[in-house]
Amino acid sequence: MSNGPPDPDVEQLQLAVSDSPRPSRPSAVSASLTFGWRALLKIKHVPEQLFDVTVFPIMFLLLFTYLFGGALAGSTDAYLQELLPGILAMTVVFITIYTGVTLNDDIDEGVFDRFRTIPVWQPSVIVGALLGDAVRYTIASTLVIVLGVALGFRPAGGIVGVLAAVALLLVFSFSLSWIWTALGFVMRTPESLMGVSMLILFPLTFVSNVFVDPRTMPGWLEAFVAINPVSHLVTAMRGLMHGTATAGEVGIVLLLSVALVVVFGPLTMYLFRAQQ
Amino acid sequence: MTDRQRGSEDYTNRARSGDAETHEPHVHARSATLDERRGGRGQTSEPTDDDPAPLAIEIAGLVKHFGETKAVDGIDLQVPAGGIYGLLGPNGAGKTTVIRMLATLLQPDAGTARVFGDDVATAGDAVRERVSLTGQFASVDEDLTGRENLVLLARLLGYSRAGARERATELLDAFGLTEAATRQVKTYSGGMRRRLDIAASIVVTPELLFLDEPTTGLDPRNRNQVWDIIRALVANGTTVLLTTQYLDEADQLADRIAVIDEGRIIAEGTPGELKASVGSGVLSVRLRDPARREAARDVLQPVLDAPVVRESDPAALSARVTDSGRVTRAFEALSHSSIEVSEFTLGQPSLDEFFLTVTDRSGRAEAAAADGSEGSGSAEGAGNAESAATTRTVATADRVENRSGNRPASDSKRRSQ
Ligand SMILES: Nc1ncnc2c1ncn2[C@@H]1O[C@H](COP(=O)(O)OP(=O)(O)OP(=O)(O)O)[C@@H](O)[C@H]1O
Ligand SMILES: [Mg+2]
Repeated sequence: MSNGPPDPDVEQLQLAVSDSPRPSRPSAVSASLTFGWRALLKIKHVPEQLFDVTVFPIMFLLLFTYLFGGALAGSTDAYLQELLPGILAMTVVFITIYTGVTLNDDIDEGVFDRFRTIPVWQPSVIVGALLGDAVRYTIASTLVIVLGVALGFRPAGGIVGVLAAVALLLVFSFSLSWIWTALGFVMRTPESLMGVSMLILFPLTFVSNVFVDPRTMPGWLEAFVAINPVSHLVTAMRGLMHGTATAGEVGIVLLLSVALVVVFGPLTMYLFRAQQ
Repeated sequence: MTDRQRGSEDYTNRARSGDAETHEPHVHARSATLDERRGGRGQTSEPTDDDPAPLAIEIAGLVKHFGETKAVDGIDLQVPAGGIYGLLGPNGAGKTTVIRMLATLLQPDAGTARVFGDDVATAGDAVRERVSLTGQFASVDEDLTGRENLVLLARLLGYSRAGARERATELLDAFGLTEAATRQVKTYSGGMRRRLDIAASIVVTPELLFLDEPTTGLDPRNRNQVWDIIRALVANGTTVLLTTQYLDEADQLADRIAVIDEGRIIAEGTPGELKASVGSGVLSVRLRDPARREAARDVLQPVLDAPVVRESDPAALSARVTDSGRVTRAFEALSHSSIEVSEFTLGQPSLDEFFLTVTDRSGRAEAAAADGSEGSGSAEGAGNAESAATTRTVATADRVENRSGNRPASDSKRRSQ
């Protein structure tokens, strides 16, 4: 417009100044959903960000099935039944770090300043972003499962079992993400954030029962695997997919999820407010 | 003649003539009564009034340090509700830091700041209900389209789905962004981004609007438009706290101005009061033939009885004068000496002069030692100190380039904390 004639006349400017009363605040849920919508819009405009949720799962599944399958379980087919729930958990847990990276980018962009000065339920900024991420996790899960079935994965728990396992995974990932959001405020660059996140994620995912039976490990390692939340997640997901899950197995994952949110939720919000 | 046209004429006329007093008051009522009541130019604006004017902002002993940098170093300030208040200062003075504290983006280290009575440190949520911020750097989502940005904010502020869309359309129309509405913001020009940013700040009309250098990098037309929007908001009852590098802008818009340097307020008052405190006018003379400059200087010096300064323009001279009678005689003397003059203007002291005088007074030497990196603004300013009245447009163009070039550095500065 800077080079054209349309002089927005004063009348129109008056129109820009709303004299209607301020609408009442949106509810926490509504605000979170709106931020979730923003995350989806970002996926729409920058579809490249789906790269990680498509390539990671496929790569992980093929790599581990054929690399370890024959050696560890005699046949890839048998191994796949055990491995797939683990790979699924690992893939999605890995992808959660992008939540922190996205947040870190957002802070740089300055748009966060705007979000921090509007009167909404402040955690909705983060909750909304995590809801948007849940969509990404769902895409990744679907890919892994479809590819798994094509390779010979036959879950005894049926569709219901698989859906329940994915739901549990989404809950856990949502909760785990609060670690990354807190870190997203502490770390100054996406690179350093990635570094630290990897440092946490590698032991969390590899030193678990995803690939091998913990009974084959030395005692101290087995002890870590036994308390590793990802191990509990994988156990519960295997149970759900194969129809053998106990309430205790699922319950402990839910409990861990709540604990993660209770600790890292308020910490994130504190850092959110203190962020300069 | 519409107000906007008058605005742009002011802009060009004043740039030449340096006559800061010719422009008319604008659509909003200048709060003359307020000025009268408050009188004088008290350093910290003690409320001497009997009638307790409602205060939009009340700052006492505000401090914010970043490591060794004393960004804000003990500021007291009172901003009355209604009208436009200008915060003026060189680069690194602490303007943005003050505004960020007021907008609840930064916690003060010491002191208090209240917005309509609510403490920004303890009642942030109540403050956010009443204020809105257009930051120094655009705070819109670059990946989304202009429309999506506005709809998003409207939704977050409580508009219904349909209401949000309607409001977005209204704003896009008013800001001349309709054509670009469905493009991602990252494809916008600087001016478009700025307008979208301001639109985003007034989705709901705030009671108090912070504008941190709202017109930096805008061409004169867009700048006038932003001024019009600011005036329309003020006419509607919004209080505006504005920071700016352009003294011209502060002069045009602000009812009162606080000059801030090195984290402290060094002067406060109406634009008129501040200019009056400089005390003298500036005579600018431009010759047809630069070769005659020394001759002209020899003629002028004794008549004016004041130092005649050689401007960077090889054909121009200037001098500070207190007695207008001498100016008349100087003109006659030049005519008699047959030196051809292309321009001969007597300007009121401009805010530029005031600004440079006071920021100089507060000790440039110290500042340079303490903070070398931020010194460029004042150095650049010093270049046109003596020619403030006549070279304003040139100075403005410099600033625009300088500022837009600044962006990445400032961004990384923000993060490096
Ligand atoms: N987050 C930060 N971390 C470290 N130093 C900072 C930070 N923010 C501001 N500063 C420093 O505080 C001082 C005041 O900065 P501020 O941005 O408030 O100045 P300003 O008056 O807005 O300047 P400008 O006209 O350049 O925008 C500067 O020396 C700046 O380097
Ligand atoms: Mg600033």
